Amino acid sequence: MTGRTAKSLGARKRADVFFRVLTAVSAAVVLLSLLLILGTILWKSVPALRVSMLTQTPKGGFYLGKEGGILNAIAGSLYLALGATGLAFLLSLPLVLYLNAYKGRGSKTAVWTRFFLDVLWGVPSIVYGAFGFVIMLALGLRASLLAGILTVALLEFPIMSRAIDEVMRLVPRELTDASTALGATRFETALKVLVRQSAPGILTGVLLAFGRGIGDAASVLFTAGFTDRVPTSLADPAATLPLAIFFQLGTPFPEVQQRAYASAAVLTLIILVISLAGRAMSRKVNRHVVK
Amino acid sequence: MRLLKDALARRAMSLVAVLPGLLVLLIVVGLFLRSRAILGVEPLSRILFSTDWSPLKGEFGLLPFIAGTMWVTLTALILAVPVSILTAVYLSEYAPRWIREASKPVIDLLAGLPSVVYGVWGVILVVPFVGEVLAPLAGVYSSGYSILAGGIVLAIMTFPTIIHVTLEVFSTVPRSLRDASLALGATTWETTRGVVLRKGAQGILAASVLGFSRAFGETMAVLMVVGNVPVVPRSLFDPGYPLPALIANNYGEMMSVPRYDAALMLAALVLMVIVLFFNVLARRILIRVERRVR
Repeated sequence: MTGRTAKSLGARKRADVFFRVLTAVSAAVVLLSLLLILGTILWKSVPALRVSMLTQTPKGGFYLGKEGGILNAIAGSLYLALGATGLAFLLSLPLVLYLNAYKGRGSKTAVWTRFFLDVLWGVPSIVYGAFGFVIMLALGLRASLLAGILTVALLEFPIMSRAIDEVMRLVPRELTDASTALGATRFETALKVLVRQSAPGILTGVLLAFGRGIGDAASVLFTAGFTDRVPTSLADPAATLPLAIFFQLGTPFPEVQQRAYASAAVLTLIILVISLAGRAMSRKVNRHVVK
Repeated sequence: MRLLKDALARRAMSLVAVLPGLLVLLIVVGLFLRSRAILGVEPLSRILFSTDWSPLKGEFGLLPFIAGTMWVTLTALILAVPVSILTAVYLSEYAPRWIREASKPVIDLLAGLPSVVYGVWGVILVVPFVGEVLAPLAGVYSSGYSILAGGIVLAIMTFPTIIHVTLEVFSTVPRSLRDASLALGATTWETTRGVVLRKGAQGILAASVLGFSRAFGETMAVLMVVGNVPVVPRSLFDPGYPLPALIANNYGEMMSVPRYDAALMLAALVLMVIVLFFNVLARRILIRVERRVR
């Protein structure tokens, strides 16, 4: 503090203004980078965006610039993300309920489990992909929708668990105590108080994981395979939107690259819709929560 | 009956609770088992520090890829860390309430965009920008597919991670400390520097480390803009070939060349171990920061 007294008030004020502007500019850079990305993708996609893209599977020579669409990838991605999200939910909900209903907030199990979830969250998706591949070999599976679902479910599991957990931790102690005092078992408390109270958070967590699952490419590269048809069973290989984008961009033909932009726009729109839906729905469910 | 149900549920749920720890272990062990085929033939140090990459001759030196990952990640961090921290300072100390609220969905969306979308954007905009604007400015030739392009795309992808964690750390600094500083006549910036940044220094470090490990493992976006040439890069405008890109690019042919799959699984293992190390480090710091506040 001694050095600072020597500075005049004017200089200190100027420093404050300088940093106010500098930090605001940084925030603007972050905001603008999002706008720039969305704007570029949507702008570039306009020339190639057609309805047939959404309703047709690739015809012969699609990757050379001929007729067809990316229905195979859209359907594949939706199946994959739905399956994986369902599976991840079956793992996440019991885990989070266990942490919050049976284990105290500061208990060793809870602290360690959260720690490992955080660590898993940070594991790169390509590592999940490689691990999924190892599992596939161990189980004797081929690259298929099922293998993809398993891998993506593992990827989504920590994301979903952590997101739901953050919300469930905030359920007031008084509510669970009241439930226990009325003679409910912990399991009943968990289902009827914790789940209902954190319903908006659960929904947000599920949608967050779904969005992550549908957009991830590196984990399905090894495990889901790629095909021009819409998968009809779990054992079929499945195309995914991110990989369709990647492969189309990798071709040397401008028409096909244009379609990659359009496919990227489709994926971006799906993500946008999911995140908007999450916001709107969680607001609606919010009304039933006791504050 | 109800008690029985409760007991059953407890058993079942406690099984799920060991899953996260078990999964971390399984990933490491699984990858290790698959990479034994190459570890048995060559010492680990030779694989990690050799620059010779020719799978057909059985040479699997990972150094170019490790170096490529390092270059891209560090470039991204040098760009991302200052911007992210300044943004967090703005949002937590200067910004009016409505901007703070409005920025949340923006940052969430930035975190939620698929990496392929970042990659497409990088190919459309960043690669030409580096190749046609920055490289001539620096007086070198570059195709644009370079470390720098990868770093720029990656920097934007790591913004949300660093901003989010830094904001959380700032919010643990008690309001009363700020008020005390302001009451002594300090300006907002002086309060930020003397109180918020000082109190949050460890947390900011942790945020950067998390950003590092996030960037380290990013695959598709980087793969699409970084050029993928397996040599150790010498400058920002050189192409590079990061580890994740190596794994992703060669999954197709790895089963047909002997020990190729083991080499790739070893690459995944190296990636996992490095990311694990930095993640654990960052989380430990954050837990300490949190505990100090309570």
